[in-house]
Amino acid sequence: MAIDYLPILILIIVAFLFAAFILGLTWVLGPKRPNKAKDEPIESGMIPFTSPRQRFSVQYYMVAMMFILFDVEVIFLYPWAVKMGQLKWFGIAEMAVFLLILVIGFFFVWKKGAFEWD
Amino acid sequence: MTVPLSWYLIFATALFSIGFFGVLARRNAIAVLMGVELMLNAVNVNLVAFWRYLTPTDLSGQIFVVFVFAVAAAEAAVGLALMISIYRTRKSINVDELNELKL
Amino acid sequence: MTLPNLDLPPLLPEIILIGMALLLLVVDMAARFRDARAEGSLMAGLTFASVLIAAGATAAGIGGGDASVAGVVLVDDLSRYLNLVVLLAAGLSVLLAWAYVPQFSRESSSFYALVLLATAGMMFMGKSVELITLFVSLEILSVSLYILTGFNRHQLASAEGALKYFLLGAFSSGFFLYGLALFYVQTGSTQLAEIAAQDSGGVLLLIGLGLLLVGFFFKLAGVPFHMWAPDAYQGAPTPVTGFMSVATKAAAFIALFRVLAAVPGVPVEVWGWAVAIVAVLTMTWGNFAALRQKSLKRMLAYSSIAHAGYMMTGLVAGTDALNAILYYLFAYAFMNIGAFAVAAMLERPTPNAPQDATIDAARGLFDRRPALATAMAIFMLSLTGIPPLVGFFGKLYVFGAAVSAGWAWLAVVGMLNSVVSAYYYLRVVVVMFMAPEDETSYVRSRIPAGAGTAIAVAVTGVLLMGLLATPVFVELGRAVIALR
Repeated sequence: MAIDYLPILILIIVAFLFAAFILGLTWVLGPKRPNKAKDEPIESGMIPFTSPRQRFSVQYYMVAMMFILFDVEVIFLYPWAVKMGQLKWFGIAEMAVFLLILVIGFFFVWKKGAFEWD
Repeated sequence: MTVPLSWYLIFATALFSIGFFGVLARRNAIAVLMGVELMLNAVNVNLVAFWRYLTPTDLSGQIFVVFVFAVAAAEAAVGLALMISIYRTRKSINVDELNELKL
Repeated sequence: MTLPNLDLPPLLPEIILIGMALLLLVVDMAARFRDARAEGSLMAGLTFASVLIAAGATAAGIGGGDASVAGVVLVDDLSRYLNLVVLLAAGLSVLLAWAYVPQFSRESSSFYALVLLATAGMMFMGKSVELITLFVSLEILSVSLYILTGFNRHQLASAEGALKYFLLGAFSSGFFLYGLALFYVQTGSTQLAEIAAQDSGGVLLLIGLGLLLVGFFFKLAGVPFHMWAPDAYQGAPTPVTGFMSVATKAAAFIALFRVLAAVPGVPVEVWGWAVAIVAVLTMTWGNFAALRQKSLKRMLAYSSIAHAGYMMTGLVAGTDALNAILYYLFAYAFMNIGAFAVAAMLERPTPNAPQDATIDAARGLFDRRPALATAMAIFMLSLTGIPPLVGFFGKLYVFGAAVSAGWAWLAVVGMLNSVVSAYYYLRVVVVMFMAPEDETSYVRSRIPAGAGTAIAVAVTGVLLMGLLATPVFVELGRAVIALR
């Protein structure tokens, strides 16, 4: 029944109200004396010397691409590992073929310089 | 109580529609790609929900999802590579500025 | 738990191709090459050899009965003939690419590895009888083709065509996948055989089939899902254009037949109309857009959309038209890749990449290279559908199947479209034979051996399959009997 989820709804509403209340309270009660140093993005610490909104380098996308590919392939290892007890040698052989293909690809992109930062 | 299957279906349909809208409405190629990923993930929600509710003993739904993940990752990687290659010459990946090929 | 029964020998052709794709990468890592040309020749040679061996292994299995591997793929004579169409397209394209790719790329190993993987993906797609396998094989071929389309990194048109192809292709994959998911919902199974065993249809199955058709029409470049096709075909390196315009269609048509044959409770009267409307739009739009092209390659790209429309005409006849479409695919492989091969010979080289040939580049071709001009004329006449060339019989069988299934008006639209198409195909012939040579004409001073062989094989195929039309058609009819 949906009624069982009522406490969660109440919690969400309370959380929102509480956050709004605290934020409003500090805004009403807090003193406001702005000066130049306070308007810096980071009030204490180093003064920023470049815009934080700069674009990521293309190199970053290269690394991201490689990461996505090799990271997601690992997903196939999980169901395999769970069923390893029953698959036995068949499973090992299958995974060996899978990893061989992956490793050849890995060395190929390595040789082609996809992991060089410059 | 359990969440009924239809809720998952409605959620997945909504997600699919959001992705669909994103593909049609956004001009930036990366945003279009994100729309496509939403569509694929909507299907994943469908598949997992169906598996859980309809055929919990048969794992094909779950396996399907794993393959969709891998395929989506491969597509994203290829898409990013193509965008980098275009960005290097054009300094823009807005879809409606791709007008090299015309009638 | 029972281990899946992995009976691998029926999949020998695919294993050979994938193994060779990996081997190419290893060879590239291990060896050092004098220049791009030496690397390109070695890679093309290895690729061509593996395509030949795979074709031999496939041909040896014809008539050898059906074999199901792990319940996900079905190796029957239909899929063996599909293998041959795809391998024929791949082989001709590799011959054409032999001297073509080193002109702009030093990455021959990746190029041919992707060609092999795309080929294997298409072959798997045509024999998959399970939804996950169908989806994964579709994506293997699509992702490989996205990269191949944008393979010429120095040319913006190539990257741009690839990005459009990729974005719309990934978009259509979403629909395709949603359709597959709805099949799974309605039937609780991903096996086509189990889906077919359900007695009732159900509304989700109908919606699923609709979404699936959208995905297939995207891959087949059916209007109004064709937006990517002209740009991708024009931007792609010419050997890739020839390959994907033929082989993708082949794999998608056969997979579509398998799905349509399996969907229970959705009769041909329901989906037939959707297919018929798309077929009419596709051939009409493709032909009329081709009329006003100046670029030879783009003209052929639109003509390839029109031919997808002709083939869809046969689709409404259901599995009765399977042998007609199979025949058409063989015919199309010979004449279309042949035409693209000749077009590649007319491309003016630039430092980065060969420049697209205009139709005017063929002016006076007959005076300079009579053999090349004659070959091109044969391809053009065959694409128009002039007897006794293979293109005529292809159209005859496909339209004939539509008529006997009660869709006579569709066949009439197809024939009227062929008349329209005659205008732009014959214009090329007229320009080659009648127009005097001028500064726009260009043809390579030396025809590379690979491209020459590809053109010769294609001419032989067009003539021979036209002469032997009836026996070939009968044999194909025997091969597809199981699906009826």
